[in-house]
Amino acid sequence: MEAIAEKKSYQVNDRGYYGTFGGAFIPEMLYPNVEELRENYLQIIADPSFQKEFNDLLRHYVGRPTPLYPAHRLSEKYKTNIFLKREDLCHTGAHKVNNTIGQILMAQRLGKKRIVAETGAGQHGVATATVCALMNLECIVYMGELDIERQAPNVARMKMLGAEVRPATCGSRTLKDATNEAMRHWINNPVDTHYIIGSVVGPHPYPDMVARFQSVISEEIRWQLKEHTGKETPDYVVACVGGGSNAAGAFYHFLDEENVKLVAVEAAGLGLTSGHSAATVALGKPGVLHGSRTILMQTEDGQVVEPFSISAGLDYPGIGPQHAWLAASGRGTFLSATDDEAVQAAFELTRLEGIIPALESSHALAVLGRLGASKDETVVLNLSGRGDKDMGTYMKHID
Amino acid sequence: MNRIVSLFQNFNKHTDGAGLLNVYFTAGFPELDDTTRILQALQDGGADLVEIGMPYSDPVADGETIQQSNDRALENGMSVRILFDQLKNMRGMVSVPVLLMGYINPVLQYGIEAFCAKCAEVGVDGLILPDMPMDVYLDEYKSIFDAHGLLNIFLVTPQTSEARIRQIDEVSEGFIYTVSSASVTGSKSGVSGDMEAYFEKLDAMNLRNPRLIGFGIKDHDTFVKASSHAAGAIIGSAFIRVLQQSTDLENDVKAFVREVKNSSEAIPA
Repeated sequence: MEAIAEKKSYQVNDRGYYGTFGGAFIPEMLYPNVEELRENYLQIIADPSFQKEFNDLLRHYVGRPTPLYPAHRLSEKYKTNIFLKREDLCHTGAHKVNNTIGQILMAQRLGKKRIVAETGAGQHGVATATVCALMNLECIVYMGELDIERQAPNVARMKMLGAEVRPATCGSRTLKDATNEAMRHWINNPVDTHYIIGSVVGPHPYPDMVARFQSVISEEIRWQLKEHTGKETPDYVVACVGGGSNAAGAFYHFLDEENVKLVAVEAAGLGLTSGHSAATVALGKPGVLHGSRTILMQTEDGQVVEPFSISAGLDYPGIGPQHAWLAASGRGTFLSATDDEAVQAAFELTRLEGIIPALESSHALAVLGRLGASKDETVVLNLSGRGDKDMGTYMKHID
Repeated sequence: MNRIVSLFQNFNKHTDGAGLLNVYFTAGFPELDDTTRILQALQDGGADLVEIGMPYSDPVADGETIQQSNDRALENGMSVRILFDQLKNMRGMVSVPVLLMGYINPVLQYGIEAFCAKCAEVGVDGLILPDMPMDVYLDEYKSIFDAHGLLNIFLVTPQTSEARIRQIDEVSEGFIYTVSSASVTGSKSGVSGDMEAYFEKLDAMNLRNPRLIGFGIKDHDTFVKASSHAAGAIIGSAFIRVLQQSTDLENDVKAFVREVKNSSEAIPA
C-alpha cells in the first residue's frame, strides 16, 4: 500500500477536485461530519496500526490476494490474452467488502458508534452489515422500497447479519433515494454515526478514500501479472462502472501509465437511445449529484433522471468524479453494453471458463470483442462479483 | 438598497412585534399555478419575507413533507423557466422581500449568470442554495451575485464551529439562516434547552448579521420562542402541511400567517 501515498496527476488535488470534477457540494448540516473525515482520513490510513489491521483482514477474512486467472478458452475466442481479476472470490461475493473493511476501521478510529449505509441491489448493504457484525457496531441500511421487493435474498442476509433495513419510500424508491435517506440520517445523527458510502461517489474525501481502499485490486494485478507474463502492466484494463468503485480500484495504479488503456463499461440498459439506460457518460451532462460535481443523467431543467439497467449495481444516474474526469480528459475510454449483451456475455464466460459472473461484471465481459486487442496484447478484466445473486435473472435465459 | 437589508435595518422589536416571519413554500405546489396566489396571500397575511422553493428531485437537506411537495410540483411540470415566467410581474403585486431556495444543480443547468440576471429582472432579493460550498461561491459566483444585487444566505447549525460561524458572518449579508437542531427540515418540533444554549452562544458572539431561526418552527408559540433568540424565524414544513390540507388557499394562508404572528388575532379559516 506504500505507492498510494504518491501524488498522481489523475488523482485528487488538495482541494478535493479531479480536474473540474469533485469537491464537496453539501449542505452546512453535513459540513462538520465531512470535514472531520477530510481532516483525518489520510493520517488514519497512513498509520501503521491501521495498515496492519486492514491488510490482515483483507488477507485472512476477505481472502486476498484474489487470483489473477489466465482465461485460456476466453482468450482463444477473442484471440488475445485475457486475465480475470477474481474479485468474485472475495468474502460476500464482490469487491465491495474491500471498502467496507477500510471504512469500518476508519469509523472505529473516529470514535463512531453507529454505521449508516445505502444500497441498491444489496451487495454493499451486505458488505456493510458483514463488517458491522464483525466489529459489533450498530448498522442501519437504507434501501429503496422497490429494491427491497426485488432483492429479497440480500435483504434477508442483511437482517441475519443484524442490520436494520429501512425502506426509502420517497421519489423513485431506488438507489438514489436510498442515498438521499442515508445522507438525511447522517444529518440527523451528526456526532456518533459514520456513513459508509459504497462507491467512489459523494463529497470529497469519499471518492478518494473509497478508491484508496479499492486500490488493492490494481496493486495485486501488477505483481500477479508480472508472475504470469514478466511484465507489470497490461495493454488494457477493463471494468464495469455504475458509481465506479471496482473500476477505480482496478485503474488506480495504472492511471499515470498512458500506455495502459483504461476501459470503463457502462450499462446501456435497453439501449442508449431507448430512454431506459444507465450509461451516464454517454447520456449525461456535468452537474452536481450527491455532493460532488460530476457527470449525471438529468433533464434540461437539472432534475435527476431515473436510470435503468438489468443490473441493480449499475443502476445509478451519476458516476464518480474521478471517472468523469477520466472521460472528459480522454484518459479513459467509456463504452456501454446493453442488458442483452451482458446476459449473453455471462453465459459465454460460464460455458467457456466455468465461472458465473455477476450481471455487473458481465457488462465488462460484453465489450471484449470490441477492444481491438491483438494476439500479442494483454487484457486484464476486473471480474468484480459473482453471479449467485443474479440466478433469478439468468434462469429466465436458460433454455 | 436590497429589500432584505432594509427590512432588517428598519425592524424594531419593541414596536413591530415578536420577530420577523419568513415563510417557505414550494413553487408549483399544490397546483402549478398556485405560486403567485400563495405569495400574495402570504404578504396580505403579514409575512415579512417569503422563501420560494425551487423543486428538486433529490432535496437531501429536506424532510419528507417538503420532499413530497417537491415531487408533486415536479409532477405538475414545475421548472426554473416556468417559475421565472410566473414571477415576471411579481413586483407589481408584492413588496415583501423574496428569496429563492433550492439546490444548485438546476441553477447550474440554467446557467449561473442567466439565473442571477433573471432573478434581478423579476425582483428576487436573495438566494438560499444549501449545497453550494462557500469556497465555490466566493471564487466563482459572488461577483455575479453582487453584480445583480442578490444576497447569498448561509446556514449555521449547532455543529458549526465558532471559527466557521465567524467566517460565515464575515461573508454574509442580509441575515444568517440558523438551523435550530441537527436535522433535516420538518423532522423535529419545538425549541429545547439544548437549542436555547446554542442560541445564547450565537447571541454572545455579537455577529454583524441578524439571524433567523429555522427548522422545527410550526406555530405562534415556537415562533415567539425562537424570535426571543433572534430577529425572527422561518416556517416551512408546517406551512406546506397547511397547503396540503387547504380547501380555500388564500384564506387559509392568510389565517395561518396571522395566527403564527399573533395568536390572539387569529381568524378562523
